[in-house]
Amino acid sequence: MTNETGEIRSTQRTQLNLVTKNNHGTARLTPAPPQGELVDSPLFPDAAKRELANPVQRKNLHHAMSTIRAKRTRVTAELENWEELRSAGEAIKNRVGRHLDDYLVQLEENLTKAGTTVHWARDAKEANEIIVGLVKGKLGPEDLPEVVKVKSMVTQEIDMNEALEANGVAAWETDLAELIVQMGHDRPSHILVPAIHRNRSEVREIFLEEMGNYGKAAPEDLDTEPKNLAAASRAHLREKFMRAHVAISGANFAVAETGTLCVVESEGNGRMCLTLADTLISVVGIEKIVPTFADLEVFLQLLPRSSTAERMNPYTSLWTGPREGDGPQEMHVVLIDNGRTDVLADEVGREALRCIRCSACINVCPVYEKVGGHAYGSVYPGPIGAVLTPQLRSMKNPVDRSLPFASSLCGACNDVCPVKIPLMELLIHERHKAVEAKKQRKSYNVHFEPIAMKATSVMFGNGKLWGAALGAETKVGGKVLGRFFDHIGPIPGPLNRWTGARDVPMVPTQSFRAWWDEREKNNGNKAKGDQK
Amino acid sequence: MNAKDEILQRVRKALADVKETDPALDVPVAWRYEQPTAMDDVIGRFVERVEDYKATVVRVGGSEAEIAQAVVDGLTSIEAKDAILPVGLPAAWRSAVEAAGITILSDEPQLTNDQLNAAGAVVTAARVGAAESGTIMLDHADDQGRRALSLVPDAHICVVRTDQVVSDIPEAVGRLQDSVKQQQPITWISGPSATSDIELSRVEGVHGPRTLYVVVAG
Repeated sequence: MTNETGEIRSTQRTQLNLVTKNNHGTARLTPAPPQGELVDSPLFPDAAKRELANPVQRKNLHHAMSTIRAKRTRVTAELENWEELRSAGEAIKNRVGRHLDDYLVQLEENLTKAGTTVHWARDAKEANEIIVGLVKGKLGPEDLPEVVKVKSMVTQEIDMNEALEANGVAAWETDLAELIVQMGHDRPSHILVPAIHRNRSEVREIFLEEMGNYGKAAPEDLDTEPKNLAAASRAHLREKFMRAHVAISGANFAVAETGTLCVVESEGNGRMCLTLADTLISVVGIEKIVPTFADLEVFLQLLPRSSTAERMNPYTSLWTGPREGDGPQEMHVVLIDNGRTDVLADEVGREALRCIRCSACINVCPVYEKVGGHAYGSVYPGPIGAVLTPQLRSMKNPVDRSLPFASSLCGACNDVCPVKIPLMELLIHERHKAVEAKKQRKSYNVHFEPIAMKATSVMFGNGKLWGAALGAETKVGGKVLGRFFDHIGPIPGPLNRWTGARDVPMVPTQSFRAWWDEREKNNGNKAKGDQK
Repeated sequence: MNAKDEILQRVRKALADVKETDPALDVPVAWRYEQPTAMDDVIGRFVERVEDYKATVVRVGGSEAEIAQAVVDGLTSIEAKDAILPVGLPAAWRSAVEAAGITILSDEPQLTNDQLNAAGAVVTAARVGAAESGTIMLDHADDQGRRALSLVPDAHICVVRTDQVVSDIPEAVGRLQDSVKQQQPITWISGPSATSDIELSRVEGVHGPRTLYVVVAG
């Protein structure tokens, strides 16, 4: 078999079905994701409209989110000291954020002491160069050009899979949901349950269609039972785990005091990656630090109960460098900035860096529940995504500037955040920044909304003007248009900014004032009649 | 400037407003570590919570003979023909398993991944149990074996002694301090491998052991 460059691959390499048909028509090692970059996604209001038109997704999301919300409320109520735990989590993370330079130096020192090699990356590009270099250095000419990886938000943030793919290495997602997303030529739509927008029959179709292209095929008689779908993924991935030379992980926590890394998961795919490969590369955002091992008693209570709404996730792995005869014998940590220091520089906005990626705010968000994760144009959806994405990406893109407005500001997210991030306040803070960023751009157009509001306020302040306006409106609007329509849709021109996102009710045929006057008149007549 | 120096410089510039240099003074943390959680019956709570994860739990006395019998019962219940026993397990367990006609697989020299995959079960001890969350913690000492042993085989028979069981995570993390200092890897297990990725319906058993059989001894 030859790959796209015509190079003859070794016998072992031909075990991989390297050339696959995908939606790009190009030869790839892994299923192609959807075309285009996330930052070039449509603005949130447009993307939201697109997603709202998907009734299957809305149904799946509603079911999932209401189930997980109820469970979360139950398991957090079990702990009498839940509020104290939240405050402790908040304080510990604030301590780390406000002294991050000290803790980073301490972490590096202890990682190194434990035998782990530390790399630093200013941005996504630099991180990917380091990772690609490490992977290529570890894979011999006879090895399959592949790595296994455990679900990691930061590797999605830097688009690592695609960087590896571009360099001839297949990066395999091993979390069931991530595998569904990868095989489905799709993108994750939730940080905890990335394939939550898919239902069981969609998953069955994806597995039947794709698994055989990349390894062990799904059984032909595969049904839609989640148990059997999980078994198909177990069988498909097991051969990859068994032969993996290099594994890639993120980290939920990095302990500065001991150089210990922590990965929290459910399926055991994490343990497989962290245990079976010869080389382990862990990609870690610089905000993931906790000061001491003891601090884990706080976060390993807060995280599972907030995220999967369980008392504890099935598996937590903690490791402090390589250990002879047990697990990977070579370990690397890539510490990534990629915008985090910009977030830190904003004294208000830095509170978002406390996030432990639990997804509680997403699960409780009424906006997310209706539109799903794809509308956000980011790997981080929901309230935290609407805050963090523009912070990390600096509002350079229109989609970033639209995100802080992707909220009804109902405040539910504030109540559930296990580290007390004031998401609502941060959304407002980011809205302000978005407006400022827009003003500074040369292409900035005058907003119609404040002008319209000003004109309306003049009208509201003057009874006669208001009455006249209402009279005109009800005559033209209500009496004429009301015969043909029951509501007003998008209005072209400047009003589109407002009416594009809202249904305006049809103007009544009579103003309230006119109705009141008439009622008074009738009542008066009636009253007079009663007196008689 | 190299990446490390530049990132540290960015951090320091971003934190120009932070004047206090002692992190503990700058941000006090009102939390008392390693506090026990009050509960009437710690062992009872542990059993209840582990069972909640759909693991099988049996309680036996603390003698080696009783534990050995419980281990054999566990292996028999899943019809294991062979089982991996780490070197550090008591001799009484080994002879009981052997007497029951179950082949003991030794990990010295190390079994290959394929051999682990083909093994009927693994038997291990544990380091700590946390009652409130129903979590078993291994620090992979000699009586628990390396990490792959409790991961790849499809069934895990795990013996937790009652004196290893504490109320909740804070006490448990306290007990793991020494293992971390010695750079031992640590695995927390709360029930068998599970996923809720398809329509949030929980499925036990994905990549880790699909059967978790816990012997609570003492």
